[in-house]
Amino acid sequence: MLRWLGRNALRAYTGLALLYLLLPIFIVALFSFNDPVGKTNYTWVGFTLSHWANLFAIPGLLDSVVVSIRIAFISTLAATTLGTLAALALVRYQFRGRPATSLFIFLPLATPEIILGASLLTLFVAIGQPPFFPLNEFTILIAHITFNISYVIVTVRARLSGFDRRLEEASADLGADGWQTFWRVTFPLILPGIAAASLLAFSLSIDDFVITNFTAGRTTTFPMFVWGSARVGVPPQVNAIGTIFFVVAVSAVAIGSFLQRRRA
Amino acid sequence: MIAFLRRRPGLLPLLLLAPAIAWLVAFYVYPALQMLQASLWSGTLETGFVFSWANAATYSTALDRYSDQFLRSILYAAVSTVVCLLLAFPLAYTIAYRAGRFRTLLLFIVIAPFFTSFLLRVLAWKTVLGDDGFLLGPLKSIGALPEDFRILATPIAVIFGISYNFFPFMVLPIYVSLEKIDRRLVEAAKDLYAGPVRAFQRITLPLALPGVFAGSLLVFIPAMGDFVNAELLGSVQTRLIGNVIQSRFLVNNDYPTAAALSFMLMAGILAAVFMYARVLGTDELESGIG
Repeated sequence: MLRWLGRNALRAYTGLALLYLLLPIFIVALFSFNDPVGKTNYTWVGFTLSHWANLFAIPGLLDSVVVSIRIAFISTLAATTLGTLAALALVRYQFRGRPATSLFIFLPLATPEIILGASLLTLFVAIGQPPFFPLNEFTILIAHITFNISYVIVTVRARLSGFDRRLEEASADLGADGWQTFWRVTFPLILPGIAAASLLAFSLSIDDFVITNFTAGRTTTFPMFVWGSARVGVPPQVNAIGTIFFVVAVSAVAIGSFLQRRRA
Repeated sequence: MIAFLRRRPGLLPLLLLAPAIAWLVAFYVYPALQMLQASLWSGTLETGFVFSWANAATYSTALDRYSDQFLRSILYAAVSTVVCLLLAFPLAYTIAYRAGRFRTLLLFIVIAPFFTSFLLRVLAWKTVLGDDGFLLGPLKSIGALPEDFRILATPIAVIFGISYNFFPFMVLPIYVSLEKIDRRLVEAAKDLYAGPVRAFQRITLPLALPGVFAGSLLVFIPAMGDFVNAELLGSVQTRLIGNVIQSRFLVNNDYPTAAALSFMLMAGILAAVFMYARVLGTDELESGIG
């Protein structure tokens, strides 16, 4: 009896916890179909598709989405390249100072975002005093690459830890040189890890608000647009864009895991 | 180049690491030192800033003036961490032992919030917790709550928002350490006549502790730096140290005070991380992220 109760209580609790996790995602999507009176979009009034039909009717919204995607794309490319090289070094080689290096790489992840943003802002202010270093898309990019490098290293390294080095040795035994072994054996094996890391980096960059807020100057990314409009009322189109981002990210993850399962 | 490396194989890992490390030194370590220097500046954005050790008084003035916000941040972060822990443990337990073939799906749902915009999630809770929202509206209309009852703009709303945002960081490390436990230990305990409660107390819980510690750190740290939840869900009475840092930097251009506050916050947090890493290593922490 007690055990039955225990098991079902746990099940009911899990249901509630999942609801708690998913509720805001559902609300974001739901309110993209709302037809609010006035500017604020906090109470449900009625169903409409007009915001989806006029997705970019809000001035500045499309620009902010384009800026965000561009920054996410470039910072992902840079951070994935630098991070993957470092992860390879940490997994495949024993060298002095490796534990200290691991801790060092972890530190940016253990630093509150506000500190990362604030210290970069101080750097940019100090560089050009006066006139001050201009804050723009370029400074946002530097900030995003910085926090993404550590995420990429940690993710790629986690995926690499089960890597069987004997496969590389076998390749060498069969007469492949170092370069051929890397491109024909090592790279295909670490590719899923790199893909997972770049997906993570891309979604962190496109959604980052706190660090961007400190390094953006007048540049408006999508999260900056949301923050700016939160004071006066977020238009339902913003919810629609948020929903599109969510669907795209989930599809990317689903396709990725499907491809990996088919290969395995 | 390749021939050179072949003669000195020890150099290859250093060469692979160099770009990433150089980047982090330039844009993580150096800015932190720059912030330390900025905290000893005096002057304004218009006239330019001058460095002097005599400006160390900024620290005591800042601590004096913003001690309330500092203490509030510590309190809210601590309460949010405990709330996350209590909510996350049963969920991580279910995913690790009871989920069967739904395990991957459940893990995915745990991280699903990260695929929606952070700000939009906070604003969604503003909708749900609103004075006449889904939660309070019906309760008020049947008279279960007084008309003027509210959650928004109270500490509860801010703590709720913080807990929600960092909840996955608690679930994942606890799940990882539960999953690693050899279940035969629990069977052995039962063979030795331990009841399920005792087996949990003596075997499962102690072995899950590394995950609990890692999760707590991963929630507490970002919670200490929060200003978004406090701004969107709270009121003037719930201002955190993050709000002060943000407005000193971006609204008042009071760089010295803002830098001093940031530096104190960072020093406190890094000290905690170093102590943690010395005792328990960083593996569990990384499991919450990777």
